[in-house]
Amino acid sequence: MTRTARLGVFSALFAVAIGLVVFTAMAFLRTSPPTIDFTQGHKAGQPVDMTVQTVGSIGFGPHPTWVSYLTKTPGGRWVNTTLWDLPAHTRINMTIDEYDSGSPLRNQQIGSIYGVIGNQALLNGKPVSLINSNAGNGVAHTFSVPELGINVPLYGVNGNAKNFCSSAPCTLSEAHNTIQFSFMTPGPGQYPFQCFVPCGLGFLYGNGGPMQTIGYMGGFLKVVD
Amino acid sequence: MADPAGGSHRARSEDARHAWRIFAIWFVLSAVIDPLYYFLAGPHMPPGAETSAASGAQFDLNVVMVTAMPVVIAVVLYLGYAVVVWGAKRSGDREAVGGPKYTRNLRVQMAFIGVTTLIVMGMFVFGTVELIVPAGAGGGEGPNPIWTPTSKTILPIQVIAQQWKFTYRYPTFGGFETDQLMLPDNTTVAFHVTSLDVIHSFWAYQLGVKADANPAEDNVAYTTTQQTGEFTVRCSELCGLWHGSMYDFGHIMTKQGFEQWATSTEQKLAPATKLLPKFAYTYVPDANGADGGYYPDNVDPYSNVETYGASTTQS
Amino acid sequence: MAIDIRESVDVGQPGGSAPSVRQSNRPSWLGQHLGTAIIGAVAGYALGHFIGNSIASGYVHVANSGQNDVAVCLGLAFGVFGWLAGVGALNYPLAKLVGKEAPDEIAETGWGRYFRYTLDHKVVGQQYVIGVLLFLFTGGLLAMAIRTELLYPTNHLIGPGTYIAIVGEHGTIMMMMATSIVIGPLGNWLTPLLVGSRRMAFPRIEAFSFWIFTAGYLVILTALPLGGFPTGWTGYAPLQTESGAGMDSYLVGFAVIGTGMILAGFNMAVTIINHRAPGMSWSRVPIFAWSLLATSSLLTLATPLLFVAGLFGVLDRTALTAFFVNERGGSSFLWENLFWFFGHPEVYIMALPGFGIVAEMLPVFCGKPLFAYRVGAAGMVGVALLSFFVWQHHLFQSGINPDMRPLFMLTTELISIPTGFIYLVGLGTLWRAKIRFEVPMLFCLALYFNFLIGGITGVFLSDVPVNVTLHGSFFVMAHFHYTIMGGLVFAFFGGLYYWLPKMTGYSMNKRLGQIHFWVMFIFFNLTFFPLFVVGLLGMPRRVFEYAARLQGLNDFSTVCAYVLGASFVIFIANFVWSIYIDPRPAPANPWGSRGLEWQTPTPVPFYNFERIPVILSDPYHYGEENPLPVADLGLGGTPVAAAVLSGNGEHASGSDGGGPSV
Repeated sequence: MTRTARLGVFSALFAVAIGLVVFTAMAFLRTSPPTIDFTQGHKAGQPVDMTVQTVGSIGFGPHPTWVSYLTKTPGGRWVNTTLWDLPAHTRINMTIDEYDSGSPLRNQQIGSIYGVIGNQALLNGKPVSLINSNAGNGVAHTFSVPELGINVPLYGVNGNAKNFCSSAPCTLSEAHNTIQFSFMTPGPGQYPFQCFVPCGLGFLYGNGGPMQTIGYMGGFLKVVD
Repeated sequence: MADPAGGSHRARSEDARHAWRIFAIWFVLSAVIDPLYYFLAGPHMPPGAETSAASGAQFDLNVVMVTAMPVVIAVVLYLGYAVVVWGAKRSGDREAVGGPKYTRNLRVQMAFIGVTTLIVMGMFVFGTVELIVPAGAGGGEGPNPIWTPTSKTILPIQVIAQQWKFTYRYPTFGGFETDQLMLPDNTTVAFHVTSLDVIHSFWAYQLGVKADANPAEDNVAYTTTQQTGEFTVRCSELCGLWHGSMYDFGHIMTKQGFEQWATSTEQKLAPATKLLPKFAYTYVPDANGADGGYYPDNVDPYSNVETYGASTTQS
Repeated sequence: MAIDIRESVDVGQPGGSAPSVRQSNRPSWLGQHLGTAIIGAVAGYALGHFIGNSIASGYVHVANSGQNDVAVCLGLAFGVFGWLAGVGALNYPLAKLVGKEAPDEIAETGWGRYFRYTLDHKVVGQQYVIGVLLFLFTGGLLAMAIRTELLYPTNHLIGPGTYIAIVGEHGTIMMMMATSIVIGPLGNWLTPLLVGSRRMAFPRIEAFSFWIFTAGYLVILTALPLGGFPTGWTGYAPLQTESGAGMDSYLVGFAVIGTGMILAGFNMAVTIINHRAPGMSWSRVPIFAWSLLATSSLLTLATPLLFVAGLFGVLDRTALTAFFVNERGGSSFLWENLFWFFGHPEVYIMALPGFGIVAEMLPVFCGKPLFAYRVGAAGMVGVALLSFFVWQHHLFQSGINPDMRPLFMLTTELISIPTGFIYLVGLGTLWRAKIRFEVPMLFCLALYFNFLIGGITGVFLSDVPVNVTLHGSFFVMAHFHYTIMGGLVFAFFGGLYYWLPKMTGYSMNKRLGQIHFWVMFIFFNLTFFPLFVVGLLGMPRRVFEYAARLQGLNDFSTVCAYVLGASFVIFIANFVWSIYIDPRPAPANPWGSRGLEWQTPTPVPFYNFERIPVILSDPYHYGEENPLPVADLGLGGTPVAAAVLSGNGEHASGSDGGGPSV
């Protein structure tokens, strides 16, 4: 082979290698669930209403047995994501429809509600500030934003209920609890939120799987200006 | 540095010339840089002086620096000198030196080994003293610490690490559990660090305390607070997805301020504290409440029922 | 003084015989090579996965989690077997098992032999060069991604789960790569030539270890599509037990690489001990061979613990044993201790050959004998021995028995004494030398500078009170990058520039080499030195979020890291151009070295030495009047050292200025 031909072969190989790298970077490094934008058309001073649901098993996607959040877009569609764009310094009125069965908490300290406006939430319309996870149906999940000091335990439904929801998105005709609370977003930044109930079934200590995967039980409040 | 043995007088003086030159430059540099560092930069080195462990660590860091810098200066200076003075082009026709004097020189070897051994043993003695005297230097000593503070009134605080936040229990104030770490000034504190799931590490930076949080283990670290101020607590052992955001901020308050805070928080959290399990130094998932026992046979660690403080199990 | 040495077929004869080959007319794409290895691996993975699914999909924890670790582990294990079977590495043992003779390797001279399982240790060494460079660049690209994410303290370009997977992947690939540098390109290629042998003691095991390394690399790469592993390269339990399927790639990958390490280790040791040419007493063994001997003791004795730890981890995840689960009677400390009992000798596996390489090259470019050779050899052995007694310094704050801490502080401080011997050797050799600043020499000097900083910061970490602040922070990160990258990787590049003319017959371009060196050295220091400060200021390791006041330092480090990465592109360009695109033949001894490996023609023939040489002295007698020649090659006439200079033989001209004076 002449020198020019060899140069050509190696340049082609190099280009293929670069292509592989770029492809990996785009396809692997940058994949993530979609971010729901709650800042569209938002006027300063006005609150933002959000509805999400937590389900016992998502039923679709690469991990159908996993517990998960689903978020309702402003247009009314349910999307399996935990990434939200929120406006800064705004009151967020959160409604969580909780469809999963509960259990005692690993750390009952998380049964207190704090960091939200009034330090209380409305559980099916009744105000609560502390949930005893050893009684009744227990706590299914928590909505916790440690960096903002927010913690709201979500009371569970009875696992043996006849209309227990088995795959998402769940509807209000199925067994659920509705928890409502409000909090203020701070300045711009990305604030992780997570659940403190180890509900990763089949994983040691229950903290694997969905507990450690964005889009299922952990996500970000992406607060923007 | 090199003390040549034997050889011709001219060769010996050539060796001596280089040796004295290098030694002189090294001596001047070290004599200037070391005190400059110790007195100018030393008082500002991490982790600061908020507690006895922190100021002890700062002192130790400065001593190690002051010992290490002349060594670094010596080697870098020697390398630089060799590169500048002994290059082939600059040497022209001069031959490189050879022969047994420059391959075996016993005196040089013994001197080198002797000096390095002295420095190393000195560091060991210093490090051991500095570890024992300040009651473990803020490091986790495990469940049976042997270097304990002399103070008679130690404030115990349990640090519970879980995926992915720290909570703090105050057993002497009714065992309430909170997200915020508050400490009183001028008090000896014992941190009992444990974990509810995987291995974490409690690193209170300005307190100079670091202790790994192991599941079902009590890791004890001591320090004595000296100044009021803020401090950062970060997890420093990779514990999963949110390890990077597992941090919070704490306060060292005045003694009265702390008393006030502790008693008012105890009252405020009383209903929540009633629901917590009894205080214990470790917690294992246990269907009958947290008292440090092993798993009873009917609790599967792979289920989603993993609780301390659970009075019943539910599936 | 010619000694008649006939071609011998006895096993264990010093020097031994070259591996036998046969001729064949079969087209080269038939037969076994990399392509059949890939086919075997894919088929093996599919089979293993299928078996795993049949066994385990009914298990409760598999059904609940949706994750079948049994299938993944079996798939990876069968895949490795398929890879080895496909390339032909299992032909010999399987043939012997059924009582047949394995067919001899087919003689081949084209580039095809580099894609096969071959018994020529020089081909294996060159396969390793490419393999190691591939690992290095994969790990390096991952490092670029890590630094990119750390540009912003609270804005995230990559999700935290992906970030932590990349961090673990980078660490594991780099550790595996660095170990294989030690064994492969230099250990395997060079050892027989250094000791005057025709081959490694066990050529089949040597080739096997190369193909198992590549299998391990591929296994570790499968972690990424499987979701990554969130534990970092240290793999602490019980986080390891609750992780996703990528963790299985880590555990199986380490077991696979561990097997390769053990095999390659004792292969090197046996070669150095048994296959030294006649006359090569222990005081004439080249210093690099001493370092390899010390390293191989660590490889052979420490790595079995890694294998066992990986096995326990796999059992915990698949069979629900509880080796590492505290609440079930196991202990999370067990993994920590097993891992670090291996892990500390592992880092000395990486450091010692780096020392050996530069000590080997230093006399050549200083025109002076090696200073304190015996002390240097003793230092290598001392470091290897002591490295088994320091592992708990990784666990100072873990809650270990407090009495252990001063003990391990002592042993860790003590290990810096034999490490200092290396500096004694290097600095003593530089004394009043006549230094030729060739590219390999630049890398040697850089190692002494980098390892100084790395080693001294190790002393900081060994002091327990200071360790309280520094453990688990970026200070540790900068420390080990200075020792491993600043030490071994720099030495490796120096060694490559030095030995490539002998390996391939072509020289690398000197100007490009100098540019590569300076960019790499300057930007390596600029990238990692700020990280000491960042660690001192409180940033833990492996975090995707950090304090805003540290952004300036992190950004500076990131930009310099990009330039450091670019320096490797310069190297690739030089390498590809000089070896493949426009190769110019190199002289047989371009550096004027007295080493035994340089007394062969270029390129080195299959049988290395036409006659087994008789060794007359150590190879460091530069700058002396009338030194003994290094060896009598039995070719008749003048001994070799004079032949290089007098023009006897083919390639006396062309050595870059300032050859040794005799």
